[in-house]
Amino acid sequence: MKQAVEWAAFPDARGHFGPYGGRFVAETLMGALDELQAVYEKYMKDPEFLAELDADLQNFVGRPSPLYHAERLSRELGGAQVYLKREDLNHTGAHKVNNTIGQALLAKRLGKTRIIAETGAGQHGVATATVAARLGLECVVFMGAEDIQRQSQNVYRMRLLGADVVAVKSGSRTLKDALNEAMRDWVANVDDTFYIIGTVAGPHPYPAMVRDFQSVIGREARAQHLEMTGRLPDALVACVGGGSNAIGLFHPFLADESVAMIGVEAGGDGVATGRHSAPLCAGRPGVLHGNRTYLMEDDNGQIIETHSISAGLDYPGVGPEHSWLKDIGRVSYVSVTDDMALRAFHRMTRTEGIIPALETSHAVAHVLDLAPRMRTDQSVIINLSGRGDKDLNTIARLEGIEL
Amino acid sequence: MSRIAKRFAETRASGRAALIPYVTAGDPAPGVTVALMHDLVAAGADLLELGVPFSDPMADGPVIQLACERALAHGTSLRDVLAMVAAFRERDRETPVILMGYLNPVERMGAETFAEAAGAAGVDGVLVVDLPPEESDELTGVLARVAIDPIFLVAPTTSSRRLEHVTAAARGFIYYVSLKGVTGSQALDPAELGARLSSIRALTELPLGVGFGIRDAQTAAQVARVADAVVVGSAIVRLVEQFPEAPDQFRAAASALVREMRTAMDDARMAEAPAPV
Repeated sequence: MKQAVEWAAFPDARGHFGPYGGRFVAETLMGALDELQAVYEKYMKDPEFLAELDADLQNFVGRPSPLYHAERLSRELGGAQVYLKREDLNHTGAHKVNNTIGQALLAKRLGKTRIIAETGAGQHGVATATVAARLGLECVVFMGAEDIQRQSQNVYRMRLLGADVVAVKSGSRTLKDALNEAMRDWVANVDDTFYIIGTVAGPHPYPAMVRDFQSVIGREARAQHLEMTGRLPDALVACVGGGSNAIGLFHPFLADESVAMIGVEAGGDGVATGRHSAPLCAGRPGVLHGNRTYLMEDDNGQIIETHSISAGLDYPGVGPEHSWLKDIGRVSYVSVTDDMALRAFHRMTRTEGIIPALETSHAVAHVLDLAPRMRTDQSVIINLSGRGDKDLNTIARLEGIEL
Repeated sequence: MSRIAKRFAETRASGRAALIPYVTAGDPAPGVTVALMHDLVAAGADLLELGVPFSDPMADGPVIQLACERALAHGTSLRDVLAMVAAFRERDRETPVILMGYLNPVERMGAETFAEAAGAAGVDGVLVVDLPPEESDELTGVLARVAIDPIFLVAPTTSSRRLEHVTAAARGFIYYVSLKGVTGSQALDPAELGARLSSIRALTELPLGVGFGIRDAQTAAQVARVADAVVVGSAIVRLVEQFPEAPDQFRAAASALVREMRTAMDDARMAEAPAPV
């Protein structure tokens, strides 16, 4: 980058990150998005709201999450010191709850009585059902029929929490179709319903709002790393589906020019095979789900089916801020195949006694490659975005074991 | 005068509301669409709305989602849809054709390439469902060069401030979404509709078309009393499912429905016309 970027100026008033982002929805939702933007801008400056949010993050979620020095793994890799930002230790087992807490508090202030959400791996659905249960709000979660098969434990958790889980049978029956269906529900029930989007995608103000709620990850990690080592980390690594855990870690470091950032997309069977979920590595800009961003599409602009071993990364788009950070060169994006992610899953589990989610395992896999190429006096933070309990059935099945 | 303006001038002069049937291009098969368009005109359509199939039709209900899936299973692309319009124009130079779809296929083709190809094919209006006026400058600019009208939606949730903005950007006619919901939703409320249309008329001279939730001839007749045009989509597209293996029977059923709506709409307007002195 040749000149300093005024990071706080993004997105602009209409939600644009350079050419990306914006608000591409049918007219019926424009009023609701204006209302949401107004309430979000108002309360993010309201000390009482922020105090309530902080208290919930501390007492209900269990924040701050530890920054853990993975000494044994670091020693084995023989390069950079590896630190893990332990979002897996949050209540509900992933970073998703940071955002659902925030949005649910906004929903309450707007007087909405019904919450809807989309979910892929089920982590966002569980985090949404959890906050809805706590606030006594009706909750409906849309989930692709394919993902319901893959993530039956999370489906059961959501139902225990009182959520109505709706199987989406249209299109590819995965996360993108769940998002379509949630949007359709919102259009029809916009008066009493708040739509809690789980990632940094969707129409403005969602990408900025979800980023702001997730930025607690990076703010804590930055302070923790400074306190533990007296310096900033050299690199940050996070997996990217829609990209909320990655932006949450990266955003508070954007102005720190010495800190490299790497987003890891799901390479599936390998980007060359076409069976993957890596729009930043192998897609092109287009418009889907309310924003302009990198997408996986065919020559006619139809969205194509994606593939990843992890349901949470199985999405053809990505948050618009990531598209912009890629184009301006502030963050680099790479991909990791299903097989590499699986090997990293086992390595982390056996070496550090931490079972990571399959999504997170993509970030771990990249660090297995990156850390040995760095010096031992350097450090890298992996966003350990979620725990792997939900993936045990998938892993066992791959190894021919029925649980 | 554009084909759309001319057609609305004619329907206004004859005291009728315009009838605008919607079909998804390429559904049930690409070979059916052009013949179906001619059928609909013969049955009483004043304008035609042709859906461009998209993989992720977020603003559509299950009926049109399935229509998109069927059309895409045949590989129907935006270029194919434009070729259908060009083929339709070989025999019909009068009936305005409006494309309705989503932005991504247009972006992929490129706004300028799309506008030129659409102009050459004989398209008169373009409604991009997920493109609100705020984001539409590029597309409306290139459409204006080829004299294609950008059609915009107004919804029950549109604030009066936004309404001014939308009516200022719109050309051709305003498409009023009669209810909160996706296409093919439950029936609308005619009384509330009349009040909303009056408030829009205060801001624009453009004709007002009403769509979403018009399921049968009776509803079409009610809407015809207060609107300049009635758009019917899911009610027609739903007929495809009744005749999955018989496109000819689907065409006949679609024509019959349009004819029935035409008659009911014209009767409703006749009943309202002041008695001759």
